[in-house]
Parts: sequence; structure tokens; C-alpha cells
Amino acid sequence: MAISKTGGWSDPRVRGAVYQVLAVGAVIAVGWFLVANTIHNLSTRGIVSGFGFLERPASFAIGETLAAYSPADTFGRALFIGLLNTLLVSALGIVLSTVLGTAIGVGRLSVNWLVAKLATVYVESVRNVPLLLQLFLWYTLITQGLPGPREALHLLPGVWLSNRGLIVPAFDWTSLSFTVPHLAGFNFQGGVALSPELAALLFGLTIYTAAFIAEVVRGGILAVPRGQSEAASALGLSRGQALRFVILPQALRIIVPPLASQYLNLLKNSSLAVAIGYPDLVSVANTTINITGQAIEGFAIVMAVFVAISLALSALMNWYNRKVALVAR
Amino acid sequence: MSWLRKNLFSSVPNALLTLLVAWASWRILPPLVEWAFGRATWFAGDPAECRAAAGACWAFITTKHRFILFGLYPYEQQWRALIASALIVGLLAASCDRRLWDRRLAVIWIVTLFVAGVLMLGGIFGLPYVPSEQWGGLPLTLILSVVGIGGAFPLAIVLALGRRSRLPAIRALSVAYIELIRGVPLVSVLFMASVMFPLFLPEGISIDKVLRAQVGFILFAAAYLAEAVRGGLQSVPRGQFEAADALGLSTAQKMRLIILPQALRAAIPPIVNQFIATFKDTSLVVIIGLYDLLTTTKTALTDPPWRPYYVEGYVAAGLIYFAFCFFLSRTSQRLERQLDTATGK
Amino acid sequence: MPAPPASTHGDAAISIESVDKRFGAFQALHGVTLRVDRGEKVVVCGPSGSGKSTLIRCINGLESHQSGRIIVNGTELTSDLKSVEQIRRQVGMVFQSFNLFPHLTVLENLTLAPIRVQKVAKAEAQERAMHYLARVKIPEQAHKYPGQLSGGQQQRVAIARALCLRPEVMLFDEPTSALDPEMIQEVLDVMAELARDGMTMVCVTHEMGFARSIADTMVFMDQGRIIETASPEQFFTWPKEERTRAFLSRIIGK
Repeated sequence: MAISKTGGWSDPRVRGAVYQVLAVGAVIAVGWFLVANTIHNLSTRGIVSGFGFLERPASFAIGETLAAYSPADTFGRALFIGLLNTLLVSALGIVLSTVLGTAIGVGRLSVNWLVAKLATVYVESVRNVPLLLQLFLWYTLITQGLPGPREALHLLPGVWLSNRGLIVPAFDWTSLSFTVPHLAGFNFQGGVALSPELAALLFGLTIYTAAFIAEVVRGGILAVPRGQSEAASALGLSRGQALRFVILPQALRIIVPPLASQYLNLLKNSSLAVAIGYPDLVSVANTTINITGQAIEGFAIVMAVFVAISLALSALMNWYNRKVALVAR
Repeated sequence: MSWLRKNLFSSVPNALLTLLVAWASWRILPPLVEWAFGRATWFAGDPAECRAAAGACWAFITTKHRFILFGLYPYEQQWRALIASALIVGLLAASCDRRLWDRRLAVIWIVTLFVAGVLMLGGIFGLPYVPSEQWGGLPLTLILSVVGIGGAFPLAIVLALGRRSRLPAIRALSVAYIELIRGVPLVSVLFMASVMFPLFLPEGISIDKVLRAQVGFILFAAAYLAEAVRGGLQSVPRGQFEAADALGLSTAQKMRLIILPQALRAAIPPIVNQFIATFKDTSLVVIIGLYDLLTTTKTALTDPPWRPYYVEGYVAAGLIYFAFCFFLSRTSQRLERQLDTATGK
Repeated sequence: MPAPPASTHGDAAISIESVDKRFGAFQALHGVTLRVDRGEKVVVCGPSGSGKSTLIRCINGLESHQSGRIIVNGTELTSDLKSVEQIRRQVGMVFQSFNLFPHLTVLENLTLAPIRVQKVAKAEAQERAMHYLARVKIPEQAHKYPGQLSGGQQQRVAIARALCLRPEVMLFDEPTSALDPEMIQEVLDVMAELARDGMTMVCVTHEMGFARSIADTMVFMDQGRIIETASPEQFFTWPKEERTRAFLSRIIGK
């Protein structure tokens, strides 16, 4: 198919160039319209654009902080605290849901009919109900259903559960010992406290994400060709040995990409914290936007952070995929 | 007997597990059934009756069901919301049968949604006008999710084709949109829609909250649907493209008649899954002040005498969501099986 | 190659008695009876769907039979896991789709079962593996991955893997059906050498030339039943049954 030398509409290069110019032009035109309106609207409301607001004092308190913070600190610092909170609940959630999800996923494939059915009931009930509903339920259970600190439930040595949250022993790095919390007056002293908001968010995220991870793990194990487990049986390997040496190593390669996307979902779902009052990044950014009116900049920061984390995780996963790819000619 | 042996007691660890589960069931189930059914109160205007019975207080649902299902919609006009919901649910159920899929169904959908919108809004045919701020409960959830997916569909196809385009500018624009939207939480997108749309529009023009949320859902779902459509496009064998070219079809004809029909058929399971996800995601509108099914339930619980019965409230709402989502996911699995055998896999 | 134990002839290596096998409502095997002596080579053939693969897979417990008895080397195959494990220690299987473990090297494929199941020491397992790799004539591939080998090489590795467990009986389920034509012969050569060295073999195959040269007994199956059992000479020149004749004319008369 000879390229028309004279140019003109039948030349695919000319057509391609025209389409691209049209598309980009349309996007720019729409963007221009939106931006012009926005600038006008912002100025009528007396809002100054730019990121200067990050240096101004925040003047609002944050309930839970991993680092030092006071209302006299800047908005920038407040956002940073929010980010730390998001990372905390996401990291803990990822670890816990992976453990629970793997157990349930393997359980669904169990030879024991009762265990398999129970695991199925768990997965189907959790997956088909909105996460926010589950979060509201756990949060209300903790704040209204649990007794006060004086009648707290003693779950394990040093671990208490009450409507003021979950208290666990604190690990002291300097002396390498545990500080066990004890009841003093109306509340506990010592130990590490997870507020009801954090406890509910963490519990809800873990239960919810574990159901999806269970399906990913189950799918990965089932995707290993049946001939592999037959060959392992024919060689006399027990079911446990076959799982450990033949099935799971191959299943891992299949599991990792969708597992990574579940982790990303957990990270994004942590933003529901705003609905139960846990000060994560989105929640703090929202407060900041409400106070300063700098909606564009605020949302831009939130989007940039989330997209950066997503890209980092994608890059990590691509690296892992290349590293464990099955060697073929 | 041998079934018992094989499935429950095949080895010592298994036998122990079975005994553990059996013991736990014996301890938990009878009291649970007693609470949920035996001592439960089903109808009572006064929460004091629930306190006296010490069982499940389903009376909370039966007393407040109008508010939970329809939100702030005017009491006398709620029959309109009921009909609108029934129409949408009925059409959803009918759409799950593959044999009914053709151009007529698409037209019926558009007409039905239009009729539902007119019923809810009113203002003509003698129906009193009900502003969208007062829409709530099940009708709002249904409308947001159905229009969300339906509206996202054309945009998703454009994005998917754009992402596969050889023209760098178009591909860059598509990729940027898809990756940007898929990287951020829906909460942020809803906030952005709610706060920024008024800024984007010329002074004097305002759009109501429901419309802002609806556009937010459409833009969000489009990015995910685009990936589903892209997967479908990738599964169409190259030979189909080549055969279409060899027959002399133009690009538009090739896409419309040969490629897209096959691609969309392959993409149906992930598309249905996205609908299920969007249906659950409508629960997030609580953060921008709209009253979907979950928000009405939560608000109903703030009435002080009914506050202790949050378990009953959330369980009831959960059952409604579960019914929809479970049915839809079964349909998705069934469709996947039917499509596999249809293509002879 | 392990020499057949010096026991009395007529000792059945495999005894299949009136075995029925159902998949749900469909009956795959009807009252199948077959006896395989030590050192005997049996080739099972028949049209697709005749149950020949099912029969072989019943011998080492990959499929379970509903009635009748299957006895391998004196051990009866029951639903008891112990009997299944014991039989699998003595029976090696080669699959149509090789089923090598793609994430392990060839050497690791061969040493996995001896180390984990037979509790053989690693050094001895590796020595054994190299010995059998040499027998199938590809010792230099020991450290490659299965994905890097041709189909014929992969199937030879699969044979070596089964042999590493020193089985008394070898089962072959259409070992060359998934191979390109030019690689079939190298696998058949290895199987022929195994036969010459006295291994007890039950083989499902369509390769009639190969069957004719190594088989002691030919078995023809159709629709879940054994139709005819005969020596190769009689089977190929003067088959008794009409269905056998029809099948042979379709296969050979091409």
C-alpha cells in the first residue's frame, strides 16, 4: 500500500496529524473555558491561588498524630500528619488482611466441607455489602456496644478493648521491654492506644480486603494447571508437600499482580476515614480546603500523593514480575 | 456415612476442625436465632416495647421504613419514588437475560430512565415538583448507579479506543485520564465534583448536588470501564481485524460492525462487576450530604429512642445491598459461562 | 535400569478385576478385567472415549473406581490413603502433557520426589537423577528449565523423573500424542530401551508400529469395555472381533 506522496486526506499521516490537533485543541478549549471561569469565580470570592497557604498556621487540632503537631503548626505540617495516618492504617491493614485473606482463600479450597462452606459464606457476605456500611457498624459497635474502660474486655495479657478503643502493650526500644497498660482513674495509662476511629477503620478495612484477597489467592491456586497437581500426586508427594513445592510457587506468580491492585484498593479505601472521623490525608485536606478555600491546590496535592504511591507500587510490581518470570526460550 | 468420612473427618486435623466448628455453632447459633426471631419485636410504634422484649428490634425497620427507603421525599408523593424504583429494578432483572439483548432494550432503558426521572422530579402532568435535594434512599441509590454506568459507557469506549490509538497525543490524553482517575479514591473525586463544579461554571449557572455527584460517578466509572473494554479489545484475535480490512471495510465500519461487538461481549463480566462496585460506592455520597440508602439508615438511627438498635438497622440495609449485589454477581458468573461456551472456549 | 525382582513368573504385577468407573451418570468403565505379569508390556489402544486413559489413571489412584478390585504388587488399591501412597511408590506415570514443574530446573524436577517422599539424601538423589538423565540421553540439560527444552526433550525428562523413584511398573498415557512428528521417535526409542531392559509397562498409544515391536500383549478397548486381548501377531494379522478390525483398518489403512 503506497503512501500517497501528494499528501491530502487519503494520506494516513495527514489524517493522524489532523485528528491529534483536533483532539488536543478540543481539550485545550474546554480547559481554557473551565480555567477562565474558575479564575473569575475565585477572585470574586477573594481567594488567592498558589501554594502559599501551606505556610500559614492551620489553627485546627488533629485528634491522632504519629508526630508532634499543634494547631499553631502550618497547613503543610497538618497535611503531612494526615499522610502519616493514611500510611499507618494502610500498612497495618495490608499486613493483617493478607494474613487473614490467605488463610480464608486456602480454607475455601479445603477438603473439609464445613471449613470450605464457612469461608465461602464469609467471602460472599463481606464482598456484597458496601465497606462504608461495615465501617459504620464496627464504629457504632465499639462506641456504643462496648463497655467503658473500667469494665473493659480483657482479651489477652496486656490487651484491653473498651469504648475508648483498643490498648496494647507498648514496646520500648531503649530498654527493649514491654510497658503493660494499667487502669488509673477513668482510663488506662501506659501502653499504645488505638482510638475507636482507628480501631474501627483498621478492623473494617482488614475484614473487607481479606475477602477480596481470599478470592485472588483461590484464583491463583486454581489457575495452576491440573496436570501439575496430578504429576505431584503421581510422584507420591502428599497434598501438603504438593502445595508447598509445586502449587504455591507457581500460584504466587499469578497472584501478585491482582494482589497489588487489592493493596492499592485498601489504600484508596482508607480515605473513608473522613466518614468516621479519623484524620487521614483526605480528611485533613478537606478541612484545609474548607478553611482556606484553596480547592484546586488542595485536591492537586491529594491527587499527586495518591498517584505517586500508585506509580511506585506499579513499578515495584513490574520489577517483581520480571524477576520471577518463568524461564522460557 | 462415607460422605461424612471423606469431607469432614478425612484426617486428624480435619476431624479436630470439624469438632471445633460444630461446638462453636452449638454455642452461637441457638442464642442467635432466639435473639433474631424468638424474642424479636416486629411491629411496635414505641421503642419501649423493644426494650421490654430484649430480642431483635425489627420494629425499628418497620416503623421507619418509609424514611429509610425514600429519605426526605414528601410523604404523600412517595408512591412516585416507589414506581420509579420498581421500574428500574424490574428492567435490571430483565436485562440479565441474554436473550433479550438487542437495540430495543437500549431504547427501553433510555425511555425508562427518562420516565423515572420525570416521576421523581415532577413539575408536569399535575405532579408536584420535588427538587433533587429531597431525593433519597433506594431510588437515589438506583439512579446514581444506573445512570453512572450508563453514562460512563460511551466515554469508556472512547477512552479505550484512544488508549490503543497509534497517535501519540490521543494515547497520552487517554492514558493520563485513566491512570489519574484510577489512582485516586472515589471520595476525592466526589469532593472535587461537589466543590469544584460550581467554580468551573460561569457565574449565575448552578447545578444541583445530585447532578454534581452523578457526574462524579460517571467520570470515575468511565476510567475503570475503559480498562474493561480495553481488555475486551485485546481479546479479539488479530485475524478479525485483518479479515475486516481485507473486505474493504472503513475503520469506522470495522469497529462498529466487527470489533466492538466482539470486544464488548468479552468485556461483559468485568462490566457487570464494575456495576456492582458502583452500586456499593453510592454509599459514599454521605460525605457530600446526599441521602442514599445507607445515609437514611444512619440518620434514622440518630433518633434518640431508637439509637440502641443500630445492629438491626445496618443488618437490614446490608441485606438489601447483599440481595442486589449477590444476584448481580451470580448473573455475571452465569453470563461468563454462557459467553465461554458461545465462543467455543 | 532396575532389574525385575527374581520372583516366580505368573506373579501378577497388576491385577484388575471387574472394575466399574462412573463420572456422575456416565459410565466410563464396565467390568474391566486385566492381568499384567511382571516384565510384561501391555499396549492399550482404542478409539477416543473408549476409557483407556481412565483405566490407566485408575491404576495409580488418580481416578477412583466404584466397584471391582485393583491390586498392584500385592497391595489392593482402596480409598484408604495409605494404600494409594504405597502403590504410587511403586508405579511411575508419564503424562501426555509432560507436566514438568516449570519453576524448577530439570535436576530439581528429578530430585524433588526422591528427597521429599523417599527421604533419599540430596547427594544420592542428584547422582540418581544424573544417571537417569544419561539413560534418556540428555544429561547436559540438567540445569536448564523445562521451558527451555523442546517437547521431545521435556517428555524424556518426564520419563527420567518417573524412573528416579525406581518404580516396578511404568504407566504411559499417550506419551507422544502432544509432540511434533520429528520428536516422536526419540521418545519411542527411550521407551523401547526400557522395554528391552525388562520393565513392566502399560502403555496407551496410537503408535502401532512401536506397539507391534515391543508389546507382549495388545488390548483393544471400546466404550469402556475390553473387546479383545491378543498377542501382537494375532492382533494385527488376524483380529477376532469386528470392532477391532474396523479400528485397525481406520488407523493403519490410511
